[in-house]
Amino acid sequence: MSTGISLLTLDGISKFFPGCVANDSINLNVEPGEIHALLGENGAGKSTLVKIIYGVLRPDAGSIRWNGEPVQIAGPNQARELGIGMVFQHFSLFEALTTLENIALALPKESPETLRARVTQTAEAYGLGLDPDRHVHELSMGERQRIEIVRCLLQDPKLLILDEPTSVLTPQETETLFETLRKLAIENRAILYISHKLEEVRTLCDKATIIRNGQWVDDCVPSKETARSLAEKMIGKKIDPVAKRVAPIRDITSLRVSDLTVRSYQPHGVNLTNIHLEVHGGEVLGIAGIAGNGQIELMGALSGETGSPQSGTIEILGNNVNALGPSARRDLGVVFVPEERIGQAAVADMTLVENSLLTSATRMRFSYGGLINWHRVNAYAKKVVREFDVRTTGIRSLASSLSGGNLQKFIVGREMLQEPKLLIAAQPTWGVDAGAAASIHSEIQRLVNAGAGVLVISQDLDEIFLLADRIAVISQGTLSSSVPNTQITPEEVGLLMGVRHTSKSAINDVTT
Amino acid sequence: MLRLEPRNHVSLLATWLSPMLALSLTAITGGIIFLIMGKDPLVALYIYFVEPLTSISGLSEVAVKAGPLVLIGVGLSFGFRAGIWNIGAEGQYIAGAIVGGGLAVYWYESTHVMLLPTMLIAGILGGALWAAIPAYLKARFNANEILVSLMLVYVAELLLVHLVQGPWRNPMGWGFPGTRMFPDAAIMPLFFPPHRVHLGTAITLLIPFVAWFVLARTQFGFRIKLFGSAPLAARHSGVKSHRIVWQSLLIGGGLAGLAGIVEATGTIGQLMPDISPGYGFTAIIVAFLGRLHPIGVLLAGVAIAITYIGGEGAQISAGLPKAVTGLFQGIILFYLLAFDLFTRYKIVSRSN
Repeated sequence: MSTGISLLTLDGISKFFPGCVANDSINLNVEPGEIHALLGENGAGKSTLVKIIYGVLRPDAGSIRWNGEPVQIAGPNQARELGIGMVFQHFSLFEALTTLENIALALPKESPETLRARVTQTAEAYGLGLDPDRHVHELSMGERQRIEIVRCLLQDPKLLILDEPTSVLTPQETETLFETLRKLAIENRAILYISHKLEEVRTLCDKATIIRNGQWVDDCVPSKETARSLAEKMIGKKIDPVAKRVAPIRDITSLRVSDLTVRSYQPHGVNLTNIHLEVHGGEVLGIAGIAGNGQIELMGALSGETGSPQSGTIEILGNNVNALGPSARRDLGVVFVPEERIGQAAVADMTLVENSLLTSATRMRFSYGGLINWHRVNAYAKKVVREFDVRTTGIRSLASSLSGGNLQKFIVGREMLQEPKLLIAAQPTWGVDAGAAASIHSEIQRLVNAGAGVLVISQDLDEIFLLADRIAVISQGTLSSSVPNTQITPEEVGLLMGVRHTSKSAINDVTT
Repeated sequence: MLRLEPRNHVSLLATWLSPMLALSLTAITGGIIFLIMGKDPLVALYIYFVEPLTSISGLSEVAVKAGPLVLIGVGLSFGFRAGIWNIGAEGQYIAGAIVGGGLAVYWYESTHVMLLPTMLIAGILGGALWAAIPAYLKARFNANEILVSLMLVYVAELLLVHLVQGPWRNPMGWGFPGTRMFPDAAIMPLFFPPHRVHLGTAITLLIPFVAWFVLARTQFGFRIKLFGSAPLAARHSGVKSHRIVWQSLLIGGGLAGLAGIVEATGTIGQLMPDISPGYGFTAIIVAFLGRLHPIGVLLAGVAIAITYIGGEGAQISAGLPKAVTGLFQGIILFYLLAFDLFTRYKIVSRSN
């Protein structure tokens, strides 16, 4: 495949931000026709490096060569002229416009007729099913991503950069994407594939560059590595396997949701329709699903943050909580780990002490007659930091000073140490590094072994299969019935992600 | 090209230093303005900032002026902390004076010892009632409290003018707008007659400490701060937003109303159209100058009161126009906002 001259060569690229070195003399070499993975934990510096390649950021040191020629990439326009295309993790599409209109906005010089022909032709050539006249708001995340990819391909890129492309895809959509990418590689286009999903990288990529803390760590051939060895290179230490559950499932219904119907409080939200679920003590129910299928609404309804449901009942430990607010529900013994870490689960410009009080005031009896006992809150914050290994300079630090993983450990710790009888967690390890994720998973297992019920809502199928005893799938605001972990495969779960679950037998349709 | 970039860390020292710097730069800018006006800047600044503090009567006047500013400023800082922008404290101040003062107008011959305490409570209720209008509209219809509270200022002003020129006008007042003079039972006792510092000033001094305690030590104070910093986190924590809207507006309105009735019973002794030299608006500056911290508001209230008294002194002994007082307050706010910007942001230059 190599023509002797690399397509893109980064030499000693550094980028400094106030108080941190995002990239520290990183070298990267991408050959034509190569699918090249850029691997690293959150905060390792992947995004910064990619923004430098795409001209969004300027490097503070180092040089870039394109086809052997030194270049300075002054902005995304120049990057596109060179032949670099990029699909961002967060799409930049207008929901009210059609596929074709969105693409036309990026290519204003083309006449609509020729553009339509080219879009259809390109989409077909690479197996990217697209209807040019459908509005974006009707499309799934996978379809939206295809628009972005086609938009890039119309500019005939030599290098296509994809940032965490599969985080919003079902397993089936992921497989389709991989076929497209392999076709592109055969045409001698290079792909820079940013991910922290190791199995994907192993099956897809020819080569991988691993960075950690802004520094180059290793170049390797992913297919010759194991997921574990890649992960250990990424985080720079051995990973302890998650302890397996030992306790039996108890005959206690921690959470029962019957026929729950909720109208979303958000303008483009998802309404929940006839949701049924049950979680017992000592058991984990995992709810899989692609983001934006009602997970946020379900969490809001369960925590009581978004008011009473339109119909149906939510029972927590045998109590109908429809009319109760979050604090009263917590008093019954339930704790919540919501999806949004900053701004919902924690307040950025408050200290860890104040953040400790946020959800524990009533349950931990930190206030008497409205007066806060700050001594006890301090002690609790210290306990959370100590027992959950939160790396911080002290409990007086602001939440914003913690890394994402550390803050999540703090939040999970704050909830767990309230000794809940029921834990409801959404995306508990979203964007958290592998080490912190493993410790959060172990803590969840420990809680289950102690007899608590756990509901985990997660987009991460690996996490669902690791933790859950039973698995259900949320799709378009409907929930499938649950099946035991051992009786369903990730592919079957993937098929359920696009289905509207009208009957309780939905899962059986797929599995039998 | 210059542009602003958020700082990674907002220093607490800078947060408290910026009002000091703002005051210093205001003095320097003021000196330059005096120079341009042909006055000796040092003398003018002395008259402005120092002279009010050199006599008992000056100190007394500063205390009397600071009173309403501090009361209103403390009340507003609750709302501003919660992100509820009550701009209508001036109207709530007037409403407090009307409702409280109305009792004295009605019982103008009373000697009852409970008249004054009742008027104070009525004043608080009047201010709270006026603030309840934006609170209801905000909680019920999500109406913008900035606009509603501000517009109600003009309603309150016109209502006051109507009352003192119409139904409540002093029959023995030779047609001047204004009510009867309040009876003695409705007048704040003076501490050191003839100096005007009165019992209301002592109440005023107490309020910031109570407010400090409430904000620092109670669940209620924590919820106010929480709601202001992160409404979604507040909701997650179980805070009900409409309750915060009501509470913060009622506290702001109640304290503004108290300020109004304290002013009417303490320094004026009747209701008349000009019962406020814009205290309700100036208190917004006071609240921010004091970093929305009750003790800071107390200090800021004193500082701004000095500009009022100094401004009067400057009119009399240096022949400076009255507008200089407003000018000074504007300059202080300007510098304060500028420094605040730089405590949060820094300027970076980009070559292209």
